[in-house]
Amino acid sequence: MSARRLSTGGRVDRSQTLSFKWEGRDYSGYAGDTLASALMANNQRLVGRSFKYHRPRGIMSAGVEESGAIVSIGEGARHEPNVRATTQQLFDGLVARGQNAWPSVGFDMGAVTGLFSRFFAAGFYYKTFMGIPPFEWGSGTGIWMQYEKLIRKAAGMGDAPSAPDPDSYEHAHDHCDVLVVGSGPAGLNAAVSAARAGLDVILVEQDFELGGDFLNQPDAEAEIKRTNLIALIKAVNVRIMTRTTAFGLYEYGVAGLLEQVTDHMASGSEHLPRQRFWTVRAKSTVLATGALERSIAFGNNDRPGVMTVAAAGVYLNRYGVLAGEKIAIATNNDSVYQTAGDLSRADATVSIFDARKEVSHALGEAAERDGITVQLAMAPMNVLGSKTVSGLSLAIANGDDWKAGGTRSCDLVLVSGGWSPVASLLSHRGGKLSWDSENACFVPNTFSDRIHMAGSAAGVWNLDDCEVSGMVAGAAAVKDFGKSAPSMSAPMVGGWENPIRPLYEIKVAGEKLKSFVDPQHDVTAADVRLAHREGFVSVEHLKRYTTLGMANDQGKMGNIIGLALMAEALGKEIPEVGTTTFRPPYTPVSIGALCGRNSGSHFRPLRRTPMHDWNLDHGATMTDAGLWQRPWYFARDGETITEAYIREATTTRSAVGLCDVTSLGKIAVQGPDATEFLNRVYTNPFAKLPIGKARYGIMLRDDGLVMDDGTTWRLSETEYFMTTTTAHAGKVMVWLEELLQVRWPDLKVHVTSVSDQWAGCAVAGPKSRACLAACVEDPAVMENDVLPFMGVIETTLKGGTPCRIARISFSGEMAFEVYVPSDYAPAMMQILWDEAQPLQGCLYGTEALGTLRIEKGHVTGAELDGRVNIDDAGLGKMASDKKSYVGDTLRKRPEMLREDRPRLVGIFPKDRQQTFNGGALLCKADTVSGFGEGWITGVTHSPELGHWIGIGFVSGGHEAWAGQTLVAADPLRKGNVDVEVVSPHMVDPGGERMHG
Amino acid sequence: MIRIPCPFCGERDHSEFSYGGDATIEYPALDASIANWHDAVFQRQNICGMQFETWQHLNGCRMWLVVERDTMSHEIRSVRPAHTGMAKALEDET
Repeated sequence: MSARRLSTGGRVDRSQTLSFKWEGRDYSGYAGDTLASALMANNQRLVGRSFKYHRPRGIMSAGVEESGAIVSIGEGARHEPNVRATTQQLFDGLVARGQNAWPSVGFDMGAVTGLFSRFFAAGFYYKTFMGIPPFEWGSGTGIWMQYEKLIRKAAGMGDAPSAPDPDSYEHAHDHCDVLVVGSGPAGLNAAVSAARAGLDVILVEQDFELGGDFLNQPDAEAEIKRTNLIALIKAVNVRIMTRTTAFGLYEYGVAGLLEQVTDHMASGSEHLPRQRFWTVRAKSTVLATGALERSIAFGNNDRPGVMTVAAAGVYLNRYGVLAGEKIAIATNNDSVYQTAGDLSRADATVSIFDARKEVSHALGEAAERDGITVQLAMAPMNVLGSKTVSGLSLAIANGDDWKAGGTRSCDLVLVSGGWSPVASLLSHRGGKLSWDSENACFVPNTFSDRIHMAGSAAGVWNLDDCEVSGMVAGAAAVKDFGKSAPSMSAPMVGGWENPIRPLYEIKVAGEKLKSFVDPQHDVTAADVRLAHREGFVSVEHLKRYTTLGMANDQGKMGNIIGLALMAEALGKEIPEVGTTTFRPPYTPVSIGALCGRNSGSHFRPLRRTPMHDWNLDHGATMTDAGLWQRPWYFARDGETITEAYIREATTTRSAVGLCDVTSLGKIAVQGPDATEFLNRVYTNPFAKLPIGKARYGIMLRDDGLVMDDGTTWRLSETEYFMTTTTAHAGKVMVWLEELLQVRWPDLKVHVTSVSDQWAGCAVAGPKSRACLAACVEDPAVMENDVLPFMGVIETTLKGGTPCRIARISFSGEMAFEVYVPSDYAPAMMQILWDEAQPLQGCLYGTEALGTLRIEKGHVTGAELDGRVNIDDAGLGKMASDKKSYVGDTLRKRPEMLREDRPRLVGIFPKDRQQTFNGGALLCKADTVSGFGEGWITGVTHSPELGHWIGIGFVSGGHEAWAGQTLVAADPLRKGNVDVEVVSPHMVDPGGERMHG
Repeated sequence: MIRIPCPFCGERDHSEFSYGGDATIEYPALDASIANWHDAVFQRQNICGMQFETWQHLNGCRMWLVVERDTMSHEIRSVRPAHTGMAKALEDET
């Protein structure tokens, strides 16, 4: 046994035992443990295998920077990969496994890849899949697909669960005056200062306990300070959020927070989301995010049993776990001496190997009083042992270099290469960092935009100084609000008695060392140098070529070492090399939290027409049309969809059909200048449209392409009722508002969306007039002279329902559109349906609607796709040359006038028995390749013609291809069919039926 | 997340708004030449720094606004209604 739980000490509750499973075996820990501290208490050192080489890995830290103890927890659909054991709070019944190992982390077959590690160096993927010289064996997509399967299995992290996520997630929003991130000595004091000035403060802490580094102190004094400060922040109403990580900081004081609501519970609550994604808008922000201890690159520095010095202090003082009994500490700075003393007093044998040539007398003496041996000018060279540490071979200073300096036996190697302030959030906002050579770290520059750094995040090392730094930052936040605050001088950066000796890698001539820079992604010091030799010298290129800092710890421990090694290779200083930019998120955020409730049927809004239930009651099968649900077809007696829509289209052409058209956009255009406005918006003239008449109109964009089409009805001198396509309803409304507010503010016109206020039904077919005449209170209004083609009336249905009726046709038959206020929609449908049935009428859906309009060559959103001008759509006659309108000029630019532009056509299969596919390209018979000559936008079976027909576009239009055979090319679906191109007006080209 | 101070609704998240375009374009008369319209529709500066742009408060008051925004820092210097009459009315009020 080398790691063990002590009988006293720490913050864990020894009266509450928690059971958990690790790698299929039962263990126990205490309340207050993390999974990592419980594993360590059970002397489980080997907890995972590395990404590329399957090297054994152990716990390397005690926090979010963890690179070794990345595990999977939970089972089945709740299985979650890539969890940091160091931040996962232990709960009763927790099930965890190591990752990237088979059959187990202790005996991993994949470790064989380690033997071939020299082939897996930086850039392995890029080099290998170019093929193997001299004949480039193994290049090409087919081979790559084979490689990929093997590599996917061998490399990578945990497996994602394949079942749907059973948990729920929430989005939440909040505002505050001051957001304080981090509840350590600095954060708590900042929160107190700000809240005492009467400001509304939110304090965010990623841990499950408040206190930050207070929690890691051995003395009672720190605990008293902590509890006092917590009592204070509660007294001044600071809002406290624990288990909550500020993962991103954005403009205007907006912060993204992830609250892990139930991740510490054995079973999620049915009343609580698993996680909450918070958007908090703060007027001022204090970042007291702490600092992280770095490692040093030396041989086998990734072995289980190598960790940061601070981590051993945390396990001892917070969790009552002694991580090793014979401990070798390697350092280049003062910060380790306190922890070394704590470990020694816990009966460990501790030796410090300090790389510095001298330290103050006091420091050495204090250590010796604690029974610690201190050896100066020594550094770690190579760790002995593979699945555990058995010793450490040392390097001894040799001028500015190192030479081999003997071996010590030990069971734990602790390393401190210095500290890096956590300035990620500031960096998200564009805050810059400067290299502080005295403390060998990047410290944040002052930032003007109401963000204040505090404590060790600002490079202040001592705990007392951090408290002062927090007060200063809190006071600065108070001043952001124009309030007075006590003036205090901020503590200086640093705080160590003896200067740090910058040390990033130990190299000893003649020793071949495997020294890891980024253990989580298996990036070694040799990889960094390889990248330099191959020309990837910018830090951004270095990162991408070696994947340094791209694992889920995002380089929290290894980045600085990588930069330092690159600087050395280039013969430059670290600040000249610079850093890569930190980007959100600081720690991983689950996709579930990003989605919140917007998943499954809540993924997007659902729009139902007011006759939705009526349609369903009458046998509708629904389909999605944008956000809308519309009737697709009304199958009778086990009809297939094809049988149903052919019957519906046939019945509509021979008798009468009813179709829910509520989803069309509807806009009230009102005001004294409404006529002038419409006359500018539409290509065709509206100036002389009489009251009581409707007109079909096309509107263009500024660039001359078609925006939308629809009918507009004149209801009075100053009021129009405009309809748009379903797809473009929102876009047209925005466009009209823009024109009125931005471009033509002099026009006295108001537009109002009334799409939800009116429900509509199309009544189409030769018996449509008879049907409607039976439905309205005064049948005389349906007479041809009262309501001619394109006529509009406002009248009442039987029973007194007010309605608007226009005689307009999308089907090509005599047809009407009837609109009633939405609440009357089911009543309208019932009245119409009661009168349609005796006339052998039917209900029809969008499929039959498609058939009717394709037969007539009428365009919809599928044709008006933003690439089509008015001539392409065959509607050139709708463009007035007697007035100017939006898009008028640019629709006449040379590109728009080319004769070979794709134009709307009808398409027949050469062999009338055959069908073809929508989306197919139209190609010349001898050149089925490239973009072809056109494309097909819609296909249907035409009951009128008795065969399949299509609509689409062909360059030059149907006249250009008269008598020729084209191929409807659909090679992926193996559906190449010979077709001929015809006029788009395939049925009743004269339009006699709708005028009749 | 940009926060835009809507003159009618107060400061709101930019997700309530929809971006329009360059607010300095003076659109020519509907019957102006192809060259004039070409420049108005297709020619855009790619400004690094302050620029005037239109936004619509789509999920709010639906007013079109002229926002003066720094493309580097997202700092917003001014916001006014795009409708000149309304802008003047608001100005007179204050």
